[in-house]
Amino acid sequence: MDVKTILQDTFTASSSAHSGLSAFQQESWTNFSNWGLPALKHEEWRYTRIRNLFTDKLIAGQHQLPTKETISSYMLPGLESSNSIIFVNGYFVPELSHIQDDESSLIIKSLDTASKDEDAPFVKQNLGHSARYHTDGINALNGAFAAGGVYMRVKKGKSLTAPVAIYHFSDSSNGLRFSQPRVLVNIEAGAQATVVEHYINLGSGDTLTNEVLEICTSQDAVLYYIKIQDEGNASSHTGTTHIRQLAKSLTHAVTITLSGKVVRNNLNMVMEAEHGESHMYGLYLLEGETLADNHTIVDNAMPHCYSNELYKGIMDGHSTGVFNGKIFVRKDAQKTNAYQSNKNILIGSNSAANTKPQLEIFADDVKCSHGCTIGKLDEDALFYLRARGISIENAQALLLHAFAMDILDQIKDEHVRAFADQLISKRLLFTI
Amino acid sequence: MLKIENLQARIEEKEILKGINLEIKPGEVHAIMGPNGSGKSTLASVLAGREAYEVTGGSVDFLGKDLLELSPEDRAKEGLFLAFQYPVEIPGVSTTNFIKTAVNEKRKYQGLDPLDAAQFLRTMKEKMKLVQIDQSLLSRSLNEGFSGGEKKRNEIFQMAMLEPKLAILDETDSGLDIDALRIVANGVNELRSANNAFLVVTHYQRLLDYIVPDFVHVLYNGRIVRSGTKELALELEEKGYDFIKAEVEKETV
Amino acid sequence: MLNFADSKLEQIMQEEQEDILEQITNSDYKYGFVTDIEADEAPMGLTEDTVKFISAKKNEPSWMLEYRLKAFRHWQTMETPEWANLTFPAINYQDIIYYSAPKQKVAPNSLDEIDPELRKTFEKLGISLDEQKRISGIAVDAVIDSVSVATTFREELSKVGVIFCSMSDAIQEHPDLIKKHLGSVVPATDNYFTALNAAVFSDGSFCYIPKGVRCPMELSTYFRINAANTGQFERTLIVAEEGSYVSYLEGCTAPMRDENQLHAAVVEIVAMEKAEVKYSTVQNWYPGDKEGKGGIYNFVTKRGICAGNHSKISWTQVETGSSITWKYPSVILKGDYSIGEFYSVAVTNNYQQADTGTKMVHLGKNTRSRIVSKGISAGKSQNSYRGLVSVAKNASDARNFSQCDSLLLGDKCGAHTFPYIEVKNNTAMVEHEATTSKIGEDQIFYCNQRGIDTETAVALIINGFAKEVMNQLPMEFAVEAQKLLAISLEGSVG
Repeated sequence: MDVKTILQDTFTASSSAHSGLSAFQQESWTNFSNWGLPALKHEEWRYTRIRNLFTDKLIAGQHQLPTKETISSYMLPGLESSNSIIFVNGYFVPELSHIQDDESSLIIKSLDTASKDEDAPFVKQNLGHSARYHTDGINALNGAFAAGGVYMRVKKGKSLTAPVAIYHFSDSSNGLRFSQPRVLVNIEAGAQATVVEHYINLGSGDTLTNEVLEICTSQDAVLYYIKIQDEGNASSHTGTTHIRQLAKSLTHAVTITLSGKVVRNNLNMVMEAEHGESHMYGLYLLEGETLADNHTIVDNAMPHCYSNELYKGIMDGHSTGVFNGKIFVRKDAQKTNAYQSNKNILIGSNSAANTKPQLEIFADDVKCSHGCTIGKLDEDALFYLRARGISIENAQALLLHAFAMDILDQIKDEHVRAFADQLISKRLLFTI
Repeated sequence: MLKIENLQARIEEKEILKGINLEIKPGEVHAIMGPNGSGKSTLASVLAGREAYEVTGGSVDFLGKDLLELSPEDRAKEGLFLAFQYPVEIPGVSTTNFIKTAVNEKRKYQGLDPLDAAQFLRTMKEKMKLVQIDQSLLSRSLNEGFSGGEKKRNEIFQMAMLEPKLAILDETDSGLDIDALRIVANGVNELRSANNAFLVVTHYQRLLDYIVPDFVHVLYNGRIVRSGTKELALELEEKGYDFIKAEVEKETV
Repeated sequence: MLNFADSKLEQIMQEEQEDILEQITNSDYKYGFVTDIEADEAPMGLTEDTVKFISAKKNEPSWMLEYRLKAFRHWQTMETPEWANLTFPAINYQDIIYYSAPKQKVAPNSLDEIDPELRKTFEKLGISLDEQKRISGIAVDAVIDSVSVATTFREELSKVGVIFCSMSDAIQEHPDLIKKHLGSVVPATDNYFTALNAAVFSDGSFCYIPKGVRCPMELSTYFRINAANTGQFERTLIVAEEGSYVSYLEGCTAPMRDENQLHAAVVEIVAMEKAEVKYSTVQNWYPGDKEGKGGIYNFVTKRGICAGNHSKISWTQVETGSSITWKYPSVILKGDYSIGEFYSVAVTNNYQQADTGTKMVHLGKNTRSRIVSKGISAGKSQNSYRGLVSVAKNASDARNFSQCDSLLLGDKCGAHTFPYIEVKNNTAMVEHEATTSKIGEDQIFYCNQRGIDTETAVALIINGFAKEVMNQLPMEFAVEAQKLLAISLEGSVG
């Protein structure tokens, strides 16, 4: 069987005419069928080949669930009793998930349910908004499988007592596992939430995760979002995190990529209201043959918005880091302040960095800047440390850790930060 | 020369000037003092024509013309000069070139021929001595990378080149060490004549040790609440602004 | 303004500035006149016969015709590139006259025999074809429509071994050099417009600087489109042998016409070991009128190769004209320790669109490149910087610094930045910075307060903004370029 047939069969088996999502799924499938998987000649995919990841060995669809004990053993330290959303092979599993916060603050349910109950209008209106920004088959393909997704709502004026951790388990014990998680988040007016995503490969085979996460924030809402990718070098990922500020709000995203075969992250900040503020931080710390590609979009549609973006990369071995940042300032978005910076250090003699920061500006009263650097470790600093008796290996590790700290410090939740720091520290000493 | 009557102005929705009255005659030096936020710099900006400030009432007569009707550049060409509190940096535009443009714009306005390179250079050399400004500074980009003192000296130098009728010095002393202050003040004193006038806006009395005013006005809460001679400045220095605040509040009660 | 240590000189420059500022208020595109010259034209449209016609007109050897035909056949298989940030109606390549030459009674044997109408045209453009009258010592190759009409100072240059002539003459007189270098940097198959150019180019300039020679004067080509409905496809080739130096200038103008006219040129530069080539352009093709009608479509491929170690190629461009500009002067840094530079000011006003930038391809070790791009957008125009900095795997210790700044005047225009940076070597150091802002209100107010009106203030600030690039131009060009900047932004602030 070829890939197309495998996907077609899975799609047919999983779609139900009774779901409120069936029209959306059908439309997505049609788009996918028309567009196909993006090739390198697609400008947004010029550095990242993903077609070859889709082989006829690919296994889609839900299979056996892991035990509760297995799930527990992968919880982020300190967040064991926190809110958790469990995905297995791209399907939301309510019975393994856990809601810590009170129902008056937090609602978590399947996207399918939400498409039929009081949240149906929201789902109908906001599900699939990211497709406007990604007219490639990848985003559409996920849409076709949206029925397995989850819906989450933080209620008006409520601050969650604990982060919501989303764990994506992929079981590759029978071969190349293909998962397509879908998440829709609704942060109501004045609400505040932290959402963390983490990815786990339960087998020794390859995995391929194609995710779409869409978040809407309302008036005065605050969202902290952290994505930690350390699934191992047998795992590939294509994911879109699409954050819309429906009204004046604060959104803050940190993306950390530590391993993978081919990793592609799209992060979109759509500023649809005046006086919005968004922050985007990213760290990619790569080794081996990993290719990590971060594409970000800040779309300023309204005046007086502020955005700040800093992505940093350290590439060792044969790894490649890609950064593509776009800042759009539309005609009415006067008084926009938008800053973007991308800094890369190449360690490995076979490593590479491709970066493409872009500004597209249609309003005049703006202050926008971007900068990027690709280089090596500061030799003066290295020498200074060595002159104080620190070995070159430690001196390098020290400087790289300092380089990474700018991003790490942006993680506000202390447990998540400690977890990420531990992964990074271990890695830096290990590779050098 | 300058007659301000019941001048009122605001920025955005905030009333800053609430009825200023002031008359300045040729040959006079007036000092405006007052605590932070009293409206001193606003007055300077309004007189120079900064658009962010909206004049909501009153009138200003300058040498027989309605000052408020003139564009900023025409006010300058009529002989009004503002020494900025924060002189603006313009990258890539040499100071010399900038001043030459300004001088010849004014000459054109007055129906005079532009100065040729040699004449301009001669005048420039002469005036440079006044404020002890260095040639090298003048060939650099306008105010870019200048120290605080260099910027202020450059303002006074431009004043010397443009020979205004009325010069407004907006907190020219702020951020200056005593040597720089003396140089700036000497420059001003050299330029004083029976035909021109100065309005010195300052927070501190110390500048007035060097530029001795004929009149001192205290601005508080958008109004001139006291006027007097240089002794008033000394009194303020001694007692502080709180004393004025207290007195004014007592009166209004 | 230029920075001179000599203050007297600076004074003189300021006088020039003075004149420039005065012109702002009352200048339009002043090169828009049409000269009434009888022309010898090819029939409209493009087929193999057109290519053969051009080749036959120029009495070309068969290898040249073969080169053209090969390019033409390849072109037929290609599609117009659509990746640039430009919108314009599809060009009908059958609606263009591909060859138009001013009719001369006899071929001029000396400069004295040039048609007086032609001579007048160039005088009007400020270019004298009369060697005696030239004080500045710039050798000129004047190209009108499809052919070179005059090259000055040929004899004097030949004394030091410098060859400076029209491309047509070079094909006849120096076939070995042409065969060796033509298409060596920009192959006919490179892109749609290079293939088109290779098939139908009618003339252009050839310049050869022998080993160790420092060219005694600035060389320049002046391009003029005159005839209606014609496309201009010229070709320039500069070869600088070991240890040589040349500074080359290029200027261009066209009449005001309601139809768009196509200009698709190719410039190739070869710099051998320790050679240095400085190429400056002031591009002032007719930009179209205030409603966006007419103007030149300027699709140009310019590329140089630093073939030898320690060689250097420097591009400087001031782009004020054309309704559409599609142009990326590039340097391939093949030799170790070679240097590539790109300095650009691009101004767009009214409905102009520019998509311009550079490519710096680092192949050799210890190579250096520097990019300074200043974009100014006004009116309803769109101005894009597009650049590539690439460091190949073996290009150890490569360095690049790029600075791209955009200035916006008015809220109906756009400024865009598309830099591509690709590094495959871990000893490389690449830095890119970009800013976009509008002219500061406080800067304008400061000027106003000194008696300078807003329009003059804007001109001052813009010249300051562009200064780093202007400084790279030879002095005569700098003055002209400054005037152009001011003129092309006339009426854009109010």
